Amino acid sequence: MVEKTPILDFFTYAFLILGIFIVGFPIIYSLIAATLPLEEVVKVPMPLIPGDQFMVNMKEAWSRGDLGNQILNSVIMASGITIGKITVSMIGAFSIVYFDYKFRVVAFASVFCTLMLPVEVRILPTYEMAANILYPIQALCDVLHLDGLLSWFTGNDITISLNWSLLDSHTGLILPLVASATCTFLFRQFFLTVPEELCEAAKMDGASPMTFFRKILFPLSKTNIAALVVIEFVYGYNQYLWPLLVTTNPKMTTAVIGLQNLIPQADDLPEWNLALGAAILVMLPPILVVLFMQRWFVKGLIEKEK
Amino acid sequence: MIKRSFFKSRYLPYLLILPQIIVTMTFFYWPAIQGLSQSFFLSDPFGQRSQFVWFYNYIELFTDPLYLKSILTTFAFSLAVAAVSLSLGLFIASMANRALRAKALVRTMLIWPYAVAPAISGIMWLFLLHPSYGVVALGIKEWIGVDWNPVLYGGDAMVMIVMASAWKQISYNFVFFMAGMQAIPKSLIEAAAIDGAGPFKRFWFISFPLLSPTFFFLTVMNIIYSFFETFGIIHTVTQGGPGGSTNILVYKVYQDGFVGLNLGSSAAQSVVLMSLIIVITFLQFRFLEKKVQYGG
Repeated sequence: MVEKTPILDFFTYAFLILGIFIVGFPIIYSLIAATLPLEEVVKVPMPLIPGDQFMVNMKEAWSRGDLGNQILNSVIMASGITIGKITVSMIGAFSIVYFDYKFRVVAFASVFCTLMLPVEVRILPTYEMAANILYPIQALCDVLHLDGLLSWFTGNDITISLNWSLLDSHTGLILPLVASATCTFLFRQFFLTVPEELCEAAKMDGASPMTFFRKILFPLSKTNIAALVVIEFVYGYNQYLWPLLVTTNPKMTTAVIGLQNLIPQADDLPEWNLALGAAILVMLPPILVVLFMQRWFVKGLIEKEK
Repeated sequence: MIKRSFFKSRYLPYLLILPQIIVTMTFFYWPAIQGLSQSFFLSDPFGQRSQFVWFYNYIELFTDPLYLKSILTTFAFSLAVAAVSLSLGLFIASMANRALRAKALVRTMLIWPYAVAPAISGIMWLFLLHPSYGVVALGIKEWIGVDWNPVLYGGDAMVMIVMASAWKQISYNFVFFMAGMQAIPKSLIEAAAIDGAGPFKRFWFISFPLLSPTFFFLTVMNIIYSFFETFGIIHTVTQGGPGGSTNILVYKVYQDGFVGLNLGSSAAQSVVLMSLIIVITFLQFRFLEKKVQYGG
């Protein structure tokens, strides 16, 4: 600090504590609500001393919301998206930076332009796509009248109907979200800063492209990968719109969506202690990831948006 | 750009880029083209027949008072979210930057809401602002003297989703403002102090102008966030109600298309949103170039 300003310093800390309080208040308040029995939680104002019903509420919320199953689905989805995104964009960036081929620029541009097509702007057609992923091939068959041609050719009546639905499956939750322009861009930027000499030396020693990738590029990328793991895990876990569309079976849905069913409606018992207890449980995995990998998280957040 | 020394292989580069291309083609470009073509057709809800109608869907859309209202709602909503979360984020970051002790602890305590899903933030604020049980609602009723009821009044519902959305975004803005402030050279601050500028003047004439690229970048990111990612908050908290007062554009696409099965209109709305995000992306890249110049 440049000069001594005791009064200002006092206010700095006072406001800082107030800021932390504002930011933390909803979570702390929910945590207290989750420890209270029903008759306490609906009191206005709700008592701020934690009650002793925490385990009871948690058990009830856990079984009523089928949270075990849904959190598992969320974790599977988040891990799948994280691993898929990082793998797909890393090898994609490797191909774009380290090879010279005809469609290199086109490929990069086509990946990059997906930045402008978030799932929110193509809700219905993407859903239709997931409902039958073979639809484009089917459309092609229809246009070419392939079934007519085959019928004529073989003399039998043949109709082609291709149907492979991704609805209510983990694949359906994960696959459409594994393409990432930002991750590809990040890896491309990073690969461009890797010294040329490394590649030359590897080539001189007779390393194949994949050996170079495995033995040199991958170890160098470890910090970037760690940073992206945190960001993408949180991103995948907190997805809302896509799981809402793709899953109709409560067994397959994710925890963030499932919470909706625990919110007390106008005519229900106001069991906010259960709803908030479940909310606390569901938000726990990504919070733990962010807190324990904070250094990577801040790095990833800032790098990714550059 | 490509490396000066690169590999040559006939099939390997294609194989490596293939997964990316397959996923983008099936789940991004094909649906986008489908949406674009659907927006020129009028079809019955069962998808049996459809008729080419030129720009009928768009004309309907922009003469529909509900849609125009939704546009206004979205802009008001995103400006409010950006204003609240940016000012609080900047304020807390400037305080945290002044603090000498416990910096790491302070950062940890301020970062965690980032990991909370928007929908969960919505649930917590739904309780805090509940007309009968909420403690913040009680405060509003007692101290400000408003008849607070977000279930009945559109304005109150809007305040509720702005709070739920802005709260989650404070920590995001905090991280970037903090990084921006730490990048400001200490020598500048010290020089100003020697010239007799107090802490407030230093903030206003040095830190704040130097943070302007961060500020602009965060404004864009906050607007994107409130346009698209707040879907979960709207869906859990208000479902667009009461009376369409919180029905932002993204939620309307979902409601008209997925719930109401009005395919043509929903597709046209998607195309409008698509053009909007293209404009935002271009803005962002114009800014990126600028940032490189300033940073140089």
